[in-house]
Formats: sequence, structure tokens, C-alpha cells
Amino acid sequence: MDTKEFLIYLLILSGSTYLIRSIPFALLRKKIENRFVKSFLYYIPYAVLTAMTIPAIFYATDSKISAAAGLVVAVGLALKGKSLTVVAVAACAMVFLVECVLV
Amino acid sequence: MNDYFRGLRYGIPIGLGYLSVSFTFGIMAVSYGLYWWQAVAISMLTVTSAGQFAGIGIMMHPGQYIEMLVSQLTINVRYSFMSISLSQKTDSKFKGLYRWLLGFFMTDEIFAVASTEKSVKRSFFAGLATLPYFGWALGTLVGALLGNILPQRLMSALGLAIYGMFVAIVVPEMKHKKTVCIVVAFAIVFSCLFTYVPILSQVSSGLSISICAIAAAILGAILFPVKEDEA
Repeated sequence: MDTKEFLIYLLILSGSTYLIRSIPFALLRKKIENRFVKSFLYYIPYAVLTAMTIPAIFYATDSKISAAAGLVVAVGLALKGKSLTVVAVAACAMVFLVECVLV
Repeated sequence: MNDYFRGLRYGIPIGLGYLSVSFTFGIMAVSYGLYWWQAVAISMLTVTSAGQFAGIGIMMHPGQYIEMLVSQLTINVRYSFMSISLSQKTDSKFKGLYRWLLGFFMTDEIFAVASTEKSVKRSFFAGLATLPYFGWALGTLVGALLGNILPQRLMSALGLAIYGMFVAIVVPEMKHKKTVCIVVAFAIVFSCLFTYVPILSQVSSGLSISICAIAAAILGAILFPVKEDEA
């Protein structure tokens, strides 16, 4: 791939990603009053994050068992109201420990 | 300025999570034959995970510009919904040029944290985006230059960082609202269908995430419309 072709690809990649984010953000100025739409927008972050996490989390590490252990630790700490950093680091540490035993 | 620094602090875990993911991206981009500066340019101008991974896969083939566009639009359509959602929560000063500039940083994780605010100030959002953005760029650079210097076991463990963050955002809300639990259950069922059912599993992962999330949120909105003060 020469540099010119790379730059065309880069323009499409970054341009489309930017516009799909910014156009709705910049152009929607009014408050939405519709109760259905408001409800949809309330649920969408949780639905997106869940769909991204399950089942993908089980394929994110070298072993499904270590990933499951990490998930359990994450859910447990999240239930206790721990911060994002604590939850993420503890989940990674759990994966590391389990894989030291397993793999 | 206080809001900027508060955002900066909230961005620390996202930045750490991004380091590991973009590190992987850097390694992969170089293994695909890209130069380190190309990998870094992609990360600094795009700032998205799934779209970039798919993007470098397409770059391997000459002249697939339409494929590139279609894949990015389908993978990233979820950002439109996040932008619409967050546009409802911004304060009165967060408008015009600021939205055009800061909309660039609307990633899954930045959105997720910003949406926990009652009212999103532009300085808070800018602070929140700062460390993740540089973490994303730095991770890519280090991954592209140093390649497979980290032991596989550490890389494997870091693979869970982003998901740990997602859990930390979703689970506390599930604890407070049964309706969120049910929407989460819908999303899990749909997402598993799109992963394991033969024909559905052909759908690209970015698009299937959007479909699953939209379907689950629509069901939630029909079955459990939120009260005025909650949304």
C-alpha cells in the first residue's frame, strides 16, 4: 500500500467516524420531550455496554475460565460500589492469577 | 477549571484501559505491514477500537474504499445514539463549536462516564477526554514500536480491563433499577444469538452490537417507560 492509498483510507476511516459522532451531537439542540425516546435514550448506554461485554469478554483472554473469574470479581466489586479503576485492575489481576495456575 | 480537573480524574481508568487496547492495536497494525506513524495517525484521528481493527483489516486489500465506508458506518452507528443521548444532558454553554470539537471524543467509555453526570459541562467533558485520548495514542505508539515485548500472560490479563470498566458502569445502575436489569438481560440474549446462531453470526460485530443494543433499549422503552425525572 503506497502512502497516497493509505491517506485515502485514513480519510474515509477517520472522516466517517468523526461525522457519525459529531453531526447528531452538534445539530440536536432541542430537548427531546417524547417519553418513549427519552426512555430509549436512558436505556441505550447500558444496552450498548452489555452487548459489547457479553459474550465478547469470554474471548478477551487466553482462557474462558480466567475471563469468567475476572467477570465475577468485576461484578462483585461493582456491586460494592468500587470505582472504575479498582474494578478494572482487580479483574485483570484475577485473570493473571487464574492463568498462572491454569495455563 | 475545577470541572476540567474533575473530568481528568474520571478519565484515569479509561486512559489505563485504552493503553492496553491500543497497545494491541499498535502491534497488530505493524504486523499487518503498516508503519508505526501510520498506526499512530489512525489512532489519533479516529479514536475508536472496533472501527480501527476492522479498518486495518480492510487496508490490507487495495482499493476497497466502499467497503471501508460501509464497515465504519455500521460499526460506528452506535455513536450516533450516544451523541443524541448526551446532547440531552449538556449544560447551556456546551453548544455550537464546542460540540463540533468535543464530539470527536465520543467513545463508548467517555460517553458512558459522561452520561453518569446530571448535567455535562464542556470543561468536564474536555477533561474526561484528555487522558483517554493520549492513552490511546501512546499505547498505539508503544505497541507499534516495541511489539511483542510484554509477556503474553500480561497481555491476556490486560484484555479484560475495558470489560471490567463496562461492568463497573452497568452493575451499579442494575442494583438500583430492576428495569435496567431486564434491559441488560435482553441485551445479553440478543448478543449471544448474534454470536452463536449460524446466520446471525455472519453480521459484523460492530453492527450486531448496534442492533442488539437498539432492540434491547426499544423493548425497555416500550415495557418500562421512565418517569419524567429519571431520564
